[in-house]
Amino acid sequence: MLTPHTEADAAYVIRTAATDGKTLGLCGGNTRAGFGNVTETAETVSSRALSGIVDYDPAEMVVTARSGTPLAEIEAALAANRQMLAFEPMDHRGIMGTGGEPTIGGVFAANVSGPRRFVSGAARDSLLGIRFINGKGEVIRAGGRVMKNVTGLDLVKLLAGSHGTLGFLTEVTFRVLPVPQTAETIVISGLDDAGAAKAMAAALALPVEVSGAAHLPQTVRHRFLSGSLPDGEATVLRLEGLAASVSVRSEKLAAVMQAFGPIARLDADESRTLWQEIRDVHPYADNSQKPLWRVSVAPSAGHQLVAALRLEAGVDAFYDWQGGLIWMRMEADPEAELLRRFIRALGGGHATLVRASATVRTQCPAFEPQPDAVAQLSARVKQKLDPGGIFSPGKMG
Amino acid sequence: MSEAIQFLPPRDSVMSRRAAIVTDLAELLPPECLVHEARELVPFETDAFVSYRRLPLAVALPKTTAQVAAVLKYCHRYGVPVVPRGAGTSLSGGAIPQEDAVVLCLSKMARILELDYANRTATVQAGVTNLSISEAVGTDGFFYAPDPSSQLACTIGGNIGMNSGGAHCLKYGVTTNNLLGVKMVLVDGAVIELGGKHLDASGYDLLGLICGSEGQLGIVTEATVRLIAKPEGARPVLFGFEASEAAGACVADIIASGIIPVAIEFMDKPAIEICEAFAHAGYPLDVAALLIVEVEGSEAEMDAMLQSIVEIARRHQVKTVRECQSATEAALIWKGRKSAFGATGRIADYICMDGTVPLSKLSYVLNKTAEIVESFGLRVANVFHAGDGNMHPLILFNANDPADAAKAEAAGNEILKLCVDAGGCLTGEHGVGIEKRDLMRHQYSEVDLHQQMAVRAAFDEGWIMNPSKVFPLDGRA
Repeated sequence: MLTPHTEADAAYVIRTAATDGKTLGLCGGNTRAGFGNVTETAETVSSRALSGIVDYDPAEMVVTARSGTPLAEIEAALAANRQMLAFEPMDHRGIMGTGGEPTIGGVFAANVSGPRRFVSGAARDSLLGIRFINGKGEVIRAGGRVMKNVTGLDLVKLLAGSHGTLGFLTEVTFRVLPVPQTAETIVISGLDDAGAAKAMAAALALPVEVSGAAHLPQTVRHRFLSGSLPDGEATVLRLEGLAASVSVRSEKLAAVMQAFGPIARLDADESRTLWQEIRDVHPYADNSQKPLWRVSVAPSAGHQLVAALRLEAGVDAFYDWQGGLIWMRMEADPEAELLRRFIRALGGGHATLVRASATVRTQCPAFEPQPDAVAQLSARVKQKLDPGGIFSPGKMG
Repeated sequence: MSEAIQFLPPRDSVMSRRAAIVTDLAELLPPECLVHEARELVPFETDAFVSYRRLPLAVALPKTTAQVAAVLKYCHRYGVPVVPRGAGTSLSGGAIPQEDAVVLCLSKMARILELDYANRTATVQAGVTNLSISEAVGTDGFFYAPDPSSQLACTIGGNIGMNSGGAHCLKYGVTTNNLLGVKMVLVDGAVIELGGKHLDASGYDLLGLICGSEGQLGIVTEATVRLIAKPEGARPVLFGFEASEAAGACVADIIASGIIPVAIEFMDKPAIEICEAFAHAGYPLDVAALLIVEVEGSEAEMDAMLQSIVEIARRHQVKTVRECQSATEAALIWKGRKSAFGATGRIADYICMDGTVPLSKLSYVLNKTAEIVESFGLRVANVFHAGDGNMHPLILFNANDPADAAKAEAAGNEILKLCVDAGGCLTGEHGVGIEKRDLMRHQYSEVDLHQQMAVRAAFDEGWIMNPSKVFPLDGRA
């Protein structure tokens, strides 16, 4: 593995590879190794030696860091100023059985977002500017360090979530937010998947700023908070903000939610732990190779999708993002075709195979196949950033 | 009419076939959807960047995605430039046509297709106005967050083209953060869908790339946007400061405190005087800077937030604090701010700049802006969204005096360079258009620009989509 220490060295490595027609896999801490289609590359380049916070002025709430900076280092610096990454990036090591140190560049390259995503945006929404090296070895700067910026094409969004197939990120500039003064979670017990979808939609229609909405069915409930959630399925709703504001909103939310089922409350500490466990997909961090899907559909379609699949396959699942994000563990076969057919029938979305055995991974496309016109367009875009096709060919389709 | 900004020369291959092109387009569109008589083309010759105008070859006003596709396919085949247009409210000349172009105006595609409250989405045609979405869902307790000041007229298609912002984006983000999906027509007439009611892209984030691409990558015909539950109430507080530095520092402290107001508006002394003379809002005239900070929520929440905000302002030697007890008082506080552009227009012509700067540079850039404008012998008033650093200096001049107009343009260019040099950017929400096109090299290197143009070419190899915009005309691949 090559670990260039400067951006110029990285550009040289990539330029040379492009000239030689040598393929490269790009990574940060490689904690998401195995994500995407199986690819063979001649060499791997890691950003881990491009490390360190370049600029952080807490009053501006903007950070610039080299891409290989450990996420833990960023989060510690933010925590010291009572700030945070609003999009709550998940840690994939548990479910993927990997080691290593997640980097901030890896977080953005994979557009990794957690429970707050449906209100605060994805990682890509916090990313303001980047420096990256394209497939010709040229250093490119895109975006900037201000929140409102419509100057030119938004290559920042394009690179976010491109999983190292369009360019090698060397530096990222992103927006951060203050840590909410407090948090509280309301638990509604005993709802089935469909009832939970109704309850969560009702909660999100209220002016109380719910910042987390998940449903934890009976099969996974005991895996959260060391089994201390109340009996029955748990539908959980998070409120965050100033203490005075949270208590007012909590009363309002509870008043409406008690029509759906018995209510319990979790305090700030329990909330923090619970949402971290939801974020990191705690129930399926199980050292297994059972196929694990991450599915994104319209919130009201989530439970219908799972119900339809259950008639034909062994499925265990729980829901985040008001029901629109489904973490789904298959008992045996990944059932990719069935799953993707149901997604299309329910209005569209996408399924990503996050984990599976080596054999399954070689047979099953990890990302949702795209319609021809979109696939061709994506291929042309890739060609414009990586004309020689040296960055992980085939990883994203 | 100004002449400093060049357009691409008309293509001979198009100009020589004008009549044939109009005849061909008439085959593709119903009669009421095609405009080609010179007199009828006049309303389309410019947008809100009125100092430049060009009469287009024809204007297509399609009613369906299929008609958009037919026109694009034809124009692509014959190399006819296409200039997309919503309501024509662009402040950067994004919708100004050129003599060899067909304007594709989406104003007849103005239906709301679906409101889905369970998923909090609205699916609309691209010609729907921004405000009409919030109006359609308001009684059911929802709203659409991005609110550019032209929201009464501007269309969602145009908002996507320019990635529009507004006063509320401090809390809710800009268009790209609220856009879930589009149906769009590519330059060859292919119709694709990106995104939908679900979150995030399955492959490359083409939706993120389309948003803010200024009509250069294709034509969006339908959009699915995120709806948000409407807050119970909103209440402003007004602060007057003796120095703009104190106001700037106060903004930074409010943001850093963890409170996210829905708006923080800044006015400098010239702006205060202009607005007060017009609106009689009772603004203090003995201060150098004024902030209007608005919070949302229930009465109890707003009380708590405003109390904290007032405490912060007091730490910054605030001279005037005006809290409001009633809706009438709140309306009065906003009345002056909302009439700023109209009030300025009554005393002089003006051009409105749109650079964004880091919050810590607000005071520095304000002072420098005043120096620059003074050096050209002109006046400037500043009214802008302070919470996100998006400045809107209004440079006052006399449009009937060409020398004055040239000075205003030159001063504007200097101010935008200042914004970039301070770590910001040329445009926060109005777009590059033609206005800032020739300043792009101040923000980007040649290799940066070439990478953007290469990605553009993945969508439109032949440069027919809005070709005179965004990228400097010289040095194109």
